[in-house]
Amino acid sequence: MKQSIFEIIKNEALTKDVFRMVLAGDTSAVTASGQFVNIQLDGFFLRRPISVCDYDESTLTLIYKVVGQGTEKMSAMQPGERLDILTGLGNGYNLEKSGEKPVLLGGGVGVPPLYNLCKKLIAKGAQPTVILGFNKKEEVFCEEDFKALGVRVIVTTVDGSYGVKGFVTDALKDVEYTFFYTCGPEPMLRAIGKAAHTPGQYSFEERMGCGFGACMGCSCKTLTGNKRICKEGPVMESEEIIW
Amino acid sequence: MNTKVNLCGIQLDNPVIPASGTFGFGYEFAEIYDINMLGTFSFKGTTLEPRFGNPTPRIAECTAGMINAVGLQNPGVEKVIQEELPKLKKCFHKPVMANVSGFSVEQYVETCRLLDKEEQVGWLEVNVSCPNVHGGGMSFGTSPEAAAEVTKAVKKVTTKPVIIKLSPNVTDIVSIAKACEDAGADGISLINTLLGMRIDLKRRKPIIANTMGGFSGPAIFPVAVRMVYQVSGAVKIPVIGMGGVQSARDVIEMMMAGATAVQVGAMNLVNPFACKEIIEQLPVEMEKLGIENLSDIKRI
Repeated sequence: MKQSIFEIIKNEALTKDVFRMVLAGDTSAVTASGQFVNIQLDGFFLRRPISVCDYDESTLTLIYKVVGQGTEKMSAMQPGERLDILTGLGNGYNLEKSGEKPVLLGGGVGVPPLYNLCKKLIAKGAQPTVILGFNKKEEVFCEEDFKALGVRVIVTTVDGSYGVKGFVTDALKDVEYTFFYTCGPEPMLRAIGKAAHTPGQYSFEERMGCGFGACMGCSCKTLTGNKRICKEGPVMESEEIIW
Repeated sequence: MNTKVNLCGIQLDNPVIPASGTFGFGYEFAEIYDINMLGTFSFKGTTLEPRFGNPTPRIAECTAGMINAVGLQNPGVEKVIQEELPKLKKCFHKPVMANVSGFSVEQYVETCRLLDKEEQVGWLEVNVSCPNVHGGGMSFGTSPEAAAEVTKAVKKVTTKPVIIKLSPNVTDIVSIAKACEDAGADGISLINTLLGMRIDLKRRKPIIANTMGGFSGPAIFPVAVRMVYQVSGAVKIPVIGMGGVQSARDVIEMMMAGATAVQVGAMNLVNPFACKEIIEQLPVEMEKLGIENLSDIKRI
């Protein structure tokens, strides 16, 4: 964990309520895909935990959805403004387990952390397939970003207005895979748990106090003991989850 | 500039103490700064048996504060002694404050008896004020008789100073503090969180799964100062002030209200360096105020 000041380089709308923020600063504490950062905003007591979409030596890309007053304030911020951010939080995904053909399943605002994961899997020689699930066409984002990585991308929409009609699990039926990585709303994660025929890793979400393991606000029970979503998570193994 | 204070016979390098439940067993913070600069810290509330605590969500944000309903999640006293304290010893080399909670007098007694034997435990902070568990915690801190009963029973089986942590959710905090003093308490710490509640407007349901929780953070600071002032004016034993402290100035204000030492709680969760920054800022504020020794500060 590291506390540092980042400067906003870009903050743009991808859909009606999903934004991409690119920040410049010290990213040295970010060590794995699927980790998150915790952002201080003027006028709000608690920080806002947001998953890392992508990072390099000096920039951090976050894709976030406006779900309340804090993220609404973030969405109105301009390039040049500065943010106090705790970086390097949570465990992140384990690349070692992927096998040759991992499948990445993202639902809505659960899509972003899979982007850096996808890049890293490609870099180590795996051939990932990406399934992105949304409610409807207007909510689709990141499809082109994944396509630009040269991987197979399947988009599903619940109402059928774009791509495959249905849920990510409907598209999963026709994909060959050796392991799965996922992030999204809990009903989606549960459905994947039932549908998948390999082990995998899930990234979970919970209301957090601190985001670094001190307050026990985001605890959950697993088959391997009590865990803090912010510290031992947010990524958990399929074998340890109690649904 | 001298920041040393004496808390129940043990000297602290400074009066700053991270409050129980906001600092775990110290390790998360030891990764980012040397926690030996603290006066001491109060470790995560420990009960006789392991507890998972309440369902989630356990946290709700408020203006200048937060509500928590963690529900005393802890591994139980046995594991704390076998696993947490040996680990703590490696990163913290001062006496630590052991925070204890229970659901019966017998549980308080047994947990305190076991922790009292631990070399690194300097003080026992007995929490009779947790608002987040049913049939325990706060129910012992809302009547003078029950608080006195716990105090007396714990004092019988312990050798270390016993500090009773009180709830602000009472009609007359002074009578409870005095009952604890009469029962043999060596110190009083206050305030625990204020009972609060937030509602999710879209779902029309409480944000916290447990409906209510403990409200803490800078918003409660004036309530804490007032109660510390009332209690310290009525008892002769040391008072540890806490509730919404976020700066060196707040620490000094608490001491002017009559506190001997000061705990910092919710701020640790939003700024993990809060206590470090407060300790570094203390001499600066002392200089501005013409305070040579912090221990010279008298209750106004």
